[in-house]
Amino acid sequence: MGATSAPEVLRCRGLRKEFGGQVVLDGLDLTVAEHQVVALIGASGSGKSTLLRCVNLLEELHDGTIALDGEEISAPGVDPDRVRRRIGMVFQSYNLFPHLNVLDNITLAPRRVHGHSRAEAEQRARELLARVGLAEKADAYPDRLSGGQQQRVAIVRALANSPRLLLLDEVTSALDPELVGEVLTMIRDLKAEGMTMVLATHEMGFARDVADQVCFLDAGRVIESGPPEQVLAAPTHPRTRQFLARIIEAGRLPGRP
Amino acid sequence: MARPGGASARTDVSTTAHQPSPAQLARNAYRRRQTVVSVLVAAASTAVVGTLLAVTVTGAPGWERVRQTFLDPQVAWDALPRVLTGLWLNVRLLVCCAIGALLLGLLIAVLRTLRGPVFFPVRALAAGYTYTFRGLPLIIVLYLFAFGVPGLRLQGTPSVLVLGALALILTYGGYLAEVFRAGIESVHPSQLAAARSLGLSYRQAMRHVVLPQAVRRVAPPLLNDVVSLQKDVGLISLAGPIDAVRAAQLASAQTFNYTPYILAGVLFVLLAIPLIAVTDQVTLRAARRQSGG
Repeated sequence: MGATSAPEVLRCRGLRKEFGGQVVLDGLDLTVAEHQVVALIGASGSGKSTLLRCVNLLEELHDGTIALDGEEISAPGVDPDRVRRRIGMVFQSYNLFPHLNVLDNITLAPRRVHGHSRAEAEQRARELLARVGLAEKADAYPDRLSGGQQQRVAIVRALANSPRLLLLDEVTSALDPELVGEVLTMIRDLKAEGMTMVLATHEMGFARDVADQVCFLDAGRVIESGPPEQVLAAPTHPRTRQFLARIIEAGRLPGRP
Repeated sequence: MARPGGASARTDVSTTAHQPSPAQLARNAYRRRQTVVSVLVAAASTAVVGTLLAVTVTGAPGWERVRQTFLDPQVAWDALPRVLTGLWLNVRLLVCCAIGALLLGLLIAVLRTLRGPVFFPVRALAAGYTYTFRGLPLIIVLYLFAFGVPGLRLQGTPSVLVLGALALILTYGGYLAEVFRAGIESVHPSQLAAARSLGLSYRQAMRHVVLPQAVRRVAPPLLNDVVSLQKDVGLISLAGPIDAVRAAQLASAQTFNYTPYILAGVLFVLLAIPLIAVTDQVTLRAARRQSGG
């Protein structure tokens, strides 16, 4: 946990989620402070994506509570649409809308949900696009972009709503190795601007560079968490060691000190 | 020089001063030869089949009689005004019924996708509707509406024409609802998740994300049903109004000649062609705009 006393943005307590009798989240706790970047690591099926989807209320919880800025969003009667306006989410497979061009993809929510005028929304969208070097792609359709460009548009789409919290679900997993860099650079810039983020990732090198806190998930629980230099370089839990040993074997944690 | 023959001539190599290798030149020459050969084969086989058909039909012993009773130009010309008047009714009915059935189908399809126990009665009603009206023969619905409803002698019962149109809309709405539903279900759930994650409500996500993709995807089968509807609007003549087929029937009853039927048939085909062409064009353009080219 960071030494600063920044306010909590996200607080998950005892989250439980089952799919057809199989427990995916099993009493999971997670706290994210403002401006903090938390990386979720762990094997496939350890519950990283499910956790992110639960936080965004895309999945129904089976137990536990989630609080956003101190307000319990998992309480019955909370309007999920209002909650989601404050949370941005980026998916592994981009999930851009193929029938809308880049500009319309980005301005859909600002116009329909946040009630901005078209001119206002488009101006902001173009600014954001320009910042990530995609200004000239505003009128293109998603299928004409490379995977890296699509993912950057997807991030811009989430940012256009000025979210309080950004959830990134293995955003580089579907990309060619040479396109991963451009997306990671963008996330690094977001961190520099102070965006609070929770990201599930398989890029251990990136987790080490960008995260303030790394959480290792196994069987639906956080079994080890702390600063990256501790969790990634000197793990204490045997499961974490085993996982990282496999990762290093596969060459996915470069330049380990 | 760099243009390969045949339909696959979209790879434009000639923009740069690229000099094709002998291997490519040989491939180009081969493709050109293949194109010429296939065109010749197609032309020859068409000619053979056409000749055979023509010889078989015109050489048949009863050809002269058939030609007189089915293909008399004078009879066709005389019947033309009446058949056209009837056709105008078909066209108007088609437009009204197509719009009505498309709207109804879309509404039913969306109702069937609603989740949650609150919507159970709506879902059940919508499902019951599609089961009933897809199973029920159109003629029976038509009789029920055109003769059954006026039989109630209610105040303000609309004309038989309107009642018949309602029967058509209800029947085709059932089919179109299932086509729309197939389209909605073909849109990947991740699209809905992405829309909801942006804060769009279910209704907004449907309206702006799911339905536009769904409708585009099912445009060809929807058109197919509209063309089918175009033929079935003629059944309304069973209830009294005179459409093109009915007009042809009346004309042929006077002359004992079937030519008016052929005339009506030709007009129906002519009516369908622009409908088909327009939708093909729309589908093609949407696909091209999305996936580059």
